[in-house]
Amino acid sequence: MEDRLAQIRGGGPPRRHNARTIAALTGNPGCTRRAVLDSAGVDKPALAEQLGFPARFGQSRFAITRGNAFEAQVKADGGTELLRLVAERLGVPVPDGATWTDLGADDDRPERSRAALTASGDGPALFDHPLLGLDVAGTRVHLEPDLVAARLAGRFHVVEIKSFPVIDGQADPGKVAAAAIQSAVYVLALRELLAAGGRDPELVSHEVVLVCPRDFANHPVASLLDVRRQLLVLRRQLARMARVEELLAAVPVGFTVDPAADPAALAAALHRVPARYAPDCLAACELAYFCRHEARGQTGALGRPVREALGGVEDVADVLALAGGVAAPEPEQAEAAALLRAAARLRADALAGQSA
Amino acid sequence: MSTLRALARAQAVAAGRAQPVATVRHLHLSDRPLVLVPLALAGEANAPLAAMVGAAPDEARLLVVPQPRNRDQRFAFAAELAGVVLPYLDEFRDLTEAVPVDRGRDVRHRYADAPQLLVPNPAGITFLRLFGRSTRFRRTDGDYPVHQSVPLLGRWLTFFAERAEQPGSSALLALTDALTLHWATGQSVVEDLHLPAVLGWLEPPAGLTGAEAAARAEDPARCPPAGPATDPDFDNRRLAPAIEAYTRAEGDPAARAAAYDELAGLLRGQLAPTWELMWRGVGLLRTLPAGARVTGRWAGDRDAFTAHAEHVDAGGGPQPRRDGAVAAALRLQRLERASTAWAVQRAYDDPLVMAEHRLSGEAFVGEVTLADPARVDDSGKRPVLRPRIQVVTTEPVPMPVGATLYSPARPAQKAKIVFVTPGGDGKTEVVLELSGGMGRGLTAPPGSVPEVGERICLTGLSDGFLPGGAFPAAEETPWTHGGPPGTAAAPPDPAPAEDWS
Repeated sequence: MEDRLAQIRGGGPPRRHNARTIAALTGNPGCTRRAVLDSAGVDKPALAEQLGFPARFGQSRFAITRGNAFEAQVKADGGTELLRLVAERLGVPVPDGATWTDLGADDDRPERSRAALTASGDGPALFDHPLLGLDVAGTRVHLEPDLVAARLAGRFHVVEIKSFPVIDGQADPGKVAAAAIQSAVYVLALRELLAAGGRDPELVSHEVVLVCPRDFANHPVASLLDVRRQLLVLRRQLARMARVEELLAAVPVGFTVDPAADPAALAAALHRVPARYAPDCLAACELAYFCRHEARGQTGALGRPVREALGGVEDVADVLALAGGVAAPEPEQAEAAALLRAAARLRADALAGQSA
Repeated sequence: MSTLRALARAQAVAAGRAQPVATVRHLHLSDRPLVLVPLALAGEANAPLAAMVGAAPDEARLLVVPQPRNRDQRFAFAAELAGVVLPYLDEFRDLTEAVPVDRGRDVRHRYADAPQLLVPNPAGITFLRLFGRSTRFRRTDGDYPVHQSVPLLGRWLTFFAERAEQPGSSALLALTDALTLHWATGQSVVEDLHLPAVLGWLEPPAGLTGAEAAARAEDPARCPPAGPATDPDFDNRRLAPAIEAYTRAEGDPAARAAAYDELAGLLRGQLAPTWELMWRGVGLLRTLPAGARVTGRWAGDRDAFTAHAEHVDAGGGPQPRRDGAVAAALRLQRLERASTAWAVQRAYDDPLVMAEHRLSGEAFVGEVTLADPARVDDSGKRPVLRPRIQVVTTEPVPMPVGATLYSPARPAQKAKIVFVTPGGDGKTEVVLELSGGMGRGLTAPPGSVPEVGERICLTGLSDGFLPGGAFPAAEETPWTHGGPPGTAAAPPDPAPAEDWS
């Protein structure tokens, strides 16, 4: 199995996942191409570059600087302010203090994090940058949540610090959704850690504390995100990737996408593993521009609502042939064909200025 | 997505360029719209970086924030923008017209024209809304005083952003929305948010298909994004060094001026292509004749402009951060009515939009085969004129007997279905009884009843008056909705004490 995955990768080491890439896995669960490439740990950015369809996921250094500055500010003073924010948001009295454990530096972080998080203690505790782990397609992935708050309101809470603003109680829905799914990855990993340590995984709350700047200033504000739905989606996709044998059964023997290979050969190889391109992929998958190019001429590339409005017919050429009455519909297309013909006639009439 | 619009997208893919989905323009287009292309600094809470603004292609003004994290510079930018926007608004406050109210017993006045703001995309509208929010509560005194024009600008930007929520308003438009309302591209709605790509489909350069032109427009190295977000690569490689150079040159006026010019040149390079595209898009919209009901909706925008100008003149306060219960209910109802009217009016104005409703069975077109324009119904207390017509159509007629239909050609007239008789040859005979729109006598004036041979469109969609709901006054807010709001004014935005970066 490992050999097969290494062959798909083309020999290089598997690309490491992080919380963001794991979160992205939930975006288009029906896409075999993506599931195979991600399971094998293919370097998709390099692959996309070699194919001539580079991904555009650059991050501005202004955004990075601001994110780091805000996190440092929130965590200043041993987390006193942070403790107050989290406790108030959870509706419990603000404790006099909490232990602060920096798990971000030093060697042996996984072991230290495991020991710190599974140890039993009394008072509330804040764990800065613990290192968690999760198995993704048979590979151990290291994850680093911003903070874990323990024993506040009786449970563990993942605390995620983001620098996008919450203005008058509202934040960018897209960014909140991304933060929710990313936090769900941490919740999952933390639950596994507790379970492995013989403790109840349900001690980890499905509510995540999101700390963002309030309005247009730097004052932090905490909100709660319920990530139960995200946890379900994540578990399903991770289970699917764990059954990598089943996935590979659908992949042609000898399939390989070594990012150093000739672009034409790469494209030909990829064509043999079906993708399910949707416009949403552009924001989530490094290979999306290649898949879009390949899907040109398909109604799905115009978005699912368009495809559905066209009666589910897959090819643009077929749509137009049915609409023009040029092609005889397959029996199951009869209804779609009648709709398309009526639409084409109405459209032509209105454009020719002959209607009411 | 209606099947008709989806089909237009499919046709655009095949043809390699955008296809019309409207035969008339459904939006008002000012002779002098104020085009505004904003850029924001990545990672910050709506921090302006630069803007290009002006009411004509050759009136571009470039505004730059050399250190976008500096709050003083942020509000200096706001003052500078106010220096462009507020005089532009004042241009529309010379001429008023009298509008009869209360059945002609009184008149009120409204401005004969109103300002119109155009931004590249919906994210541009969000930027203006948040910029309005960040400036309208600022104080011109106290610890962090701002120029007196800044809160005023904030209130006006908030006004425009609120108008933009109302379907059918043309006060503040995102050009991508305006263009894709009239043309279908061969790409998805997600990709339609990118103005250069939309124009690539509308006017592909010679030798390129729309898809190729759009793909080329997506490359930030060839075509800078239309904002407010900038290209991360541009940020990292060019903008950041230029901002650092400007910061380093503090205390050396000559070096600072040079660094400023360098920075302004960079930002101009990012903004100018979008500026050109904005005016090209405006030009495309101008090629379409305005729909018949555009004027009426624009009058609504002029009313709103007049009302807000009067509110500001009378010393009224800034828009609240959140609506109270009654205000929220009123707003929701206003938006729902506007949304309904917008859908119906577009169908009435545009046969291509009506075709979408015909396809979904909400309208049909047929030929009048019989007409009895003199029919009088004398079964009631008083005889009334109730002409009947028979319409033959090849389209499906799913409406039940007794349903009331309307015709865009005679919007004041109701047509009640009396009989529906499907024929054997795919044709359907519909007999309708008419009322309204024929004067008060027992004889219908010529033209008020459809004549034999006329092709008419009948639909259940009504452009009639929708009565407003009755809502309690704010001080009588029921306890189920939180009760009357407290009298204490909302605390002003606390001026943050710490540094911004």
